[in-house]
Amino acid sequence: MNSRSYKSRLRELVRRREFGIFIIIVIVMVLVGLRNPIFFTGDNWKDMLMYASILAFISIGQMMTIVTGGIDLSVGSVVALSGMSVGIIMRDNPALPPVVLILLGTVFGLGCGIINGLLIGKGKVHPLITTLATMSIYRGLVVVVSRSRWVVYGDITKGFKLIARGNILGINNLMFAALIIAVVSYYFLNHTRKGREIYAYGDHQEAAKFVGINSTRINILVYALSGMLAGFGGVLWVSRVHTAQANTALGYEMQTIASCVIGGVSIFGGVGSVFGVLLGTLLFGIILNSLELIGIVDFWKLSVQGFIILVAVIFDAVLSHRVAEQMRKQRRVFDAE
Amino acid sequence: MPNEREKKKRLPLADMLKTWEFTIFMLLIAVFVINLILSPDLFRVANLFDATLTFTEKSILTLPMALLIISGVIDISVASISAMSGVILGVCYKAGMAIGYATVIGLAVGLSAGLLNGVIITRLKIPSIVVTLAMMLFYRGVGYILLGDTAVRDLPQRFGLLGGAYSSTFIPIQFMIFILLAVIFGFLLHRTRFGRLIYIVGNNENTARYSGVRVDRIRLILCGVTGLIAGLSGILLTSRIGSARPDIAQGNEMAVITICLLGGVYIFGGKGSIIGVVIAALMIGYVHYGLSILNVQEQVIRIFTGGLLIIALLIPTIASRFRASVKHRRGGS
Repeated sequence: MNSRSYKSRLRELVRRREFGIFIIIVIVMVLVGLRNPIFFTGDNWKDMLMYASILAFISIGQMMTIVTGGIDLSVGSVVALSGMSVGIIMRDNPALPPVVLILLGTVFGLGCGIINGLLIGKGKVHPLITTLATMSIYRGLVVVVSRSRWVVYGDITKGFKLIARGNILGINNLMFAALIIAVVSYYFLNHTRKGREIYAYGDHQEAAKFVGINSTRINILVYALSGMLAGFGGVLWVSRVHTAQANTALGYEMQTIASCVIGGVSIFGGVGSVFGVLLGTLLFGIILNSLELIGIVDFWKLSVQGFIILVAVIFDAVLSHRVAEQMRKQRRVFDAE
Repeated sequence: MPNEREKKKRLPLADMLKTWEFTIFMLLIAVFVINLILSPDLFRVANLFDATLTFTEKSILTLPMALLIISGVIDISVASISAMSGVILGVCYKAGMAIGYATVIGLAVGLSAGLLNGVIITRLKIPSIVVTLAMMLFYRGVGYILLGDTAVRDLPQRFGLLGGAYSSTFIPIQFMIFILLAVIFGFLLHRTRFGRLIYIVGNNENTARYSGVRVDRIRLILCGVTGLIAGLSGILLTSRIGSARPDIAQGNEMAVITICLLGGVYIFGGKGSIIGVVIAALMIGYVHYGLSILNVQEQVIRIFTGGLLIIALLIPTIASRFRASVKHRRGGS
């Protein structure tokens, strides 16, 4: 009895989407490592993980919007806007402690997210079109705010640089932040009422309405969280790369979407896990990082990203159509009996 | 008697649908007037037509996009298709092909890119937005793979005429193409069986399917046409700027969708007209032109376009809320 349940548990684990991603990660790592041994050096891993950490928690915010059946295309622009605003504030008042700057950036992001949420929740505008519009609005605001003067290396204060470079408990700050956010959002999504409501709403919007879930509030919450994480990410981004420009994080939204879709978040809404997104981010980070290591030029990056998203989406669609078909067959059998 | 009453009740709605086109026409006139006040040189007819050169590439794309959105599909990879077509044209020419053949290949690339989108959308039943989002990156990347950060510059003079020349005295060839396409698409949408089917498919996909309408085929055709026109748009743009580059037409997809929605096309399909889209295209075009004459930065103009898009999207919600509150007040009293 006991061994059988162990076996069935093992089978369930193998069947999980996350397990598949894990296997792919291992395969990719081995292939890249064989091609270029630099891949396994500590420095390379630290670089890669620092990049993947920011991507990870912004992707978690993105996941919440996709789970509700929406999407947030404005995250890249929010990263740039928050990073630029914070950079300018820091340039003007170098004495401000970094913690205040982090809070400010997060609040800017939250504001951007709430605007998205209000438009989508209250205005009943399609999420993709809304965030497509706010994406270019926020991006334009970056230029307006900076008055075409970028924040450069010399403007960054020492304390601000330490945000990305420092350690907490021996772990790099960025990774630490990503871990904490992942744990908190795991708890929020799986063990609180609001979190479960997000999934319920995404799974079937009509049914969610009938059980009394307030769609307006869910939308505002989800987009506000996504904007907030992007704003936080913007501060860390500037601290990591030491500059803020008009084209900072251009096209970043695609990377977050790719991480989500690879991590098994369904574009049809209602499905997705924090752990899956973390693995998706890791895989995506490894692929982006290894393109350079195995000697593929930078210009291939866009197409490769698009191709990865497409494959993941097609895979997801085929899978979910098959599940729907199976359920229909089961129902037919049930009806016949 | 009750019949007459019903008629009266339905009239305001019919009026409103009519006045949407009328409203944007009024807006277009307002844009003209403001432009004229700010830069009086625009008043000469030649300048007015000259100004169209800056936005015709986008305008011709709004026509197939309108049909596509009415049928319930959206394609946000159009700008990338434009860039890819232009680049491939340049690469073919550089490889020693005659410019005429290269142009045809550019168009063929656009058509096949659109068809590929359509096949994935209709066969695998994935939301068109997600498919074309991925394709947007993919097609844009193809341009970069082929040319990197270089550009094909020495395109022949003859080819440059396509984007910059004037047909009779002062009307640019590009603008003539736009008018011609507008007539063709208007006829197709409003006067043929195929056009009616587009509305039916957009209004209710399932009903259309059960009534024997070949939904997938219609959408596939429209995707292909959109790709073809996107290719044409890219070629015109390449011709106008005189070089094939992978980074052209950035953000055009948003401008095109904005124009369609401002022109009265309903984002979820089933509603819209070509005349509205044409007026909206002219309006947005002259807004852009006016702003760029005033030396406003491209990024800031994009804020403006984005804001307009959001306003265009909010109009139905606000209108329905307004109508509901009016009804409520009438019912209350």
